[in-house]
Amino acid sequence: MSKGVAITGMGIISAIGNNVSENYKALIEGKKGISKISKINTIHKDAIMVGEIDFTNKEFEDQLGLPVDNNYSRTAMLGIIAAKQAIEDAGIIDIKKYNTGLISSTSVGGMDMTEQYYYDYLKNGKYLQYIDSHHAGDSTQRIAEHLGIEESLVTTISTACSSAANAIMLGARLIKSGELDRVVVGGKDCLSKFTINGFKTLMILSDTYNTPFDENRKGLNLGEAAAYLVLESDTVVKAENKKVLAYVKGYANANDAFHQTASSENGDGATLAMEQALKVAGLQASEIDYINAHGTATGNNDLSEGRAIGRVFGSDIPDFSSTKPYTGHTLAAAGAIEAVYSVLALQNNIIYPNLNFKTQMKEFNMTPQIKLKAKELQTVLSNSLGFGGNCSTVIFSKSQ
Amino acid sequence: MKKVYINSVASISAQKTFDSTQFLEEICSYQETVLPVVNPNYKDYIPAAAARRMAKGIKMGVVASKLALEEANIENVDAIITGTGMGCVRDSEKFVSAIIDNDEQYLTPTSFIQSTHNTVGGQIALGIGCKGYNFTYVHSSNSFESSLLDAKLMLQNNEVSTVLVGGVDELGTHTTKLYKVVNHIKEYIENSLTILNSNTKGAVFGEGANFFTLGNKKKNSTYAEVVGVKMYNTLTSSVSDIAAQFLSLQKIAVENIDLIILGNNGDVTFDENYNELTLGMFANTQQAYYKHLCGEFNTASSFGFWLASKILKNQHLPKITKLNDINKSSFKYVLLYNQYRGKNHSFTLLHKC
Repeated sequence: MSKGVAITGMGIISAIGNNVSENYKALIEGKKGISKISKINTIHKDAIMVGEIDFTNKEFEDQLGLPVDNNYSRTAMLGIIAAKQAIEDAGIIDIKKYNTGLISSTSVGGMDMTEQYYYDYLKNGKYLQYIDSHHAGDSTQRIAEHLGIEESLVTTISTACSSAANAIMLGARLIKSGELDRVVVGGKDCLSKFTINGFKTLMILSDTYNTPFDENRKGLNLGEAAAYLVLESDTVVKAENKKVLAYVKGYANANDAFHQTASSENGDGATLAMEQALKVAGLQASEIDYINAHGTATGNNDLSEGRAIGRVFGSDIPDFSSTKPYTGHTLAAAGAIEAVYSVLALQNNIIYPNLNFKTQMKEFNMTPQIKLKAKELQTVLSNSLGFGGNCSTVIFSKSQ
Repeated sequence: MKKVYINSVASISAQKTFDSTQFLEEICSYQETVLPVVNPNYKDYIPAAAARRMAKGIKMGVVASKLALEEANIENVDAIITGTGMGCVRDSEKFVSAIIDNDEQYLTPTSFIQSTHNTVGGQIALGIGCKGYNFTYVHSSNSFESSLLDAKLMLQNNEVSTVLVGGVDELGTHTTKLYKVVNHIKEYIENSLTILNSNTKGAVFGEGANFFTLGNKKKNSTYAEVVGVKMYNTLTSSVSDIAAQFLSLQKIAVENIDLIILGNNGDVTFDENYNELTLGMFANTQQAYYKHLCGEFNTASSFGFWLASKILKNQHLPKITKLNDINKSSFKYVLLYNQYRGKNHSFTLLHKC
């Protein structure tokens, strides 16, 4: 059995709160962050609902003390805020004391600015500073700058909606292999016209509150968020006498190899990911206490993921729920958002309700947990499934 | 820990590199500041109908990966790891402009789907039915090196035995225009082969796909061993200090480096990093470069990796890549160094098998 990798800090900003405690409060109070969109002037504003963060870009710029002519995408600003919280939570004062890396993820990158100034750049030569902040690695580099991570391993993963889960996975492997002593892992994505219209053309956006694992589910709500975790080696944990929040115990990534955007009906990729993650963790399926499902509330995802859960857990399916009704689907950030929620579940021995659920799906006999439930938890399994058949599972545990 | 071998290589670039029997004998030169690839006949590898729908990046990636699998004489791999700075940027451009031009109406999903960064990796998996690990790294000039490091970790720990690793990026018209506006792309060149003497800002841009099968077992087809790869997001010390640190980590003396391959792109501002090494620490080492052949792009260093692999296997350095007059008759250790605009530096060390 392989040893888990210690999580020593967390930070988050989402539609249900600007930090870890606000998010937890909303989770246990059943407070949704889904609303009509207010910050993007899209023609779809009356036809969709989203998980939007309250602060405007200007407010974020002020919070971060950025100059007027800065070139930070909203993605980068969300990321910096969450990553700084994680470092503070981990009690890190001198980032250079240990070999520290940053593995971040995004799908949108700087597209929020690109779509605003796309033609202006050429027409009137304005806003040119944002050309450089378009590519996906830029927001990661900005986080590294704000955390003081220099001359180090800094990289970005983009595997659609499983991106942040994959960042956590890579981070854990880098610690285990001794490549790094400490690594900040997570993801960030802001809302943009690009993703709103993209998902709109795929016809998987709900016009009302998303309802994961419900027979009458109508699709997903997009959300924006960022979350980061600090992972540290046993040596650092011991030397610094660190409080460990939980462990990254198992992980796996597999591919559905079925379709570019749709999941296979029987969830082959998700099944493989869960099975292999259990193997890495050295756990039996029966030892999983709670599944934080990907549960986007699209027809395809919930059927495929549900079937995969059935294949892995048989008749003994643990309590499961999706927290997407709270935050919306935050794309590349989702795996990190739900990692924070999984750790909070372990710390507080609590299972979150799958909000908005009414009707059992007819394809299988699985009902998500619909009420807040107190239960002694040792392990939480979190799924993240994305375009390109990308399926990821991360298992969190209380003990190493 | 297991050793990691490069068991096959494939390259689609602005040179005729897709033909693996050739090794930069016939050179294409360009008078433009943006170099398109010399296309193989994609239809030889992809059904015509599918090829028509595919983005250029997908086509290049799928065909380069097929060539790499063919050369290694394998049909599948345990993992696929792709580096791409910008993904299928033409589809991103298409979708953004359609949103703006049509005020968010009459849109179709194809370009949105293809614009997702992990499309190439996903399409390769779909094509060969690979259900294994599938990651995509999108970190500027370290996109390919991130993929390489990930593959190396897996193989040396024996988590998998074969990995397909590659770097792919395509040119996008609008993006190219933007890079010209901010002088990331040169305004004018006389000839792509003489860019190092241009004395102007910016680079000559390119596109391409370079894919490799890596394994932890040596085969008849093996090109070289991947000894080490390390990335640095920024430099606070001098590049010479970092190079020295990297070599000491690999326990190798500078005298034992038979060839250093550098990512010079003719940008008068940022080539300083390379000049510091070529004029200093590696002044007595044979030196080579390649971006005059493939152009600059986020995964151009995967072309450098292809070049190094070929040199180590063939024990021959193509004349067109020579940067100084030192001639070594045999190559054991080849060191690669790359960076882009002063950020995302990497050192990679390969060894002859």
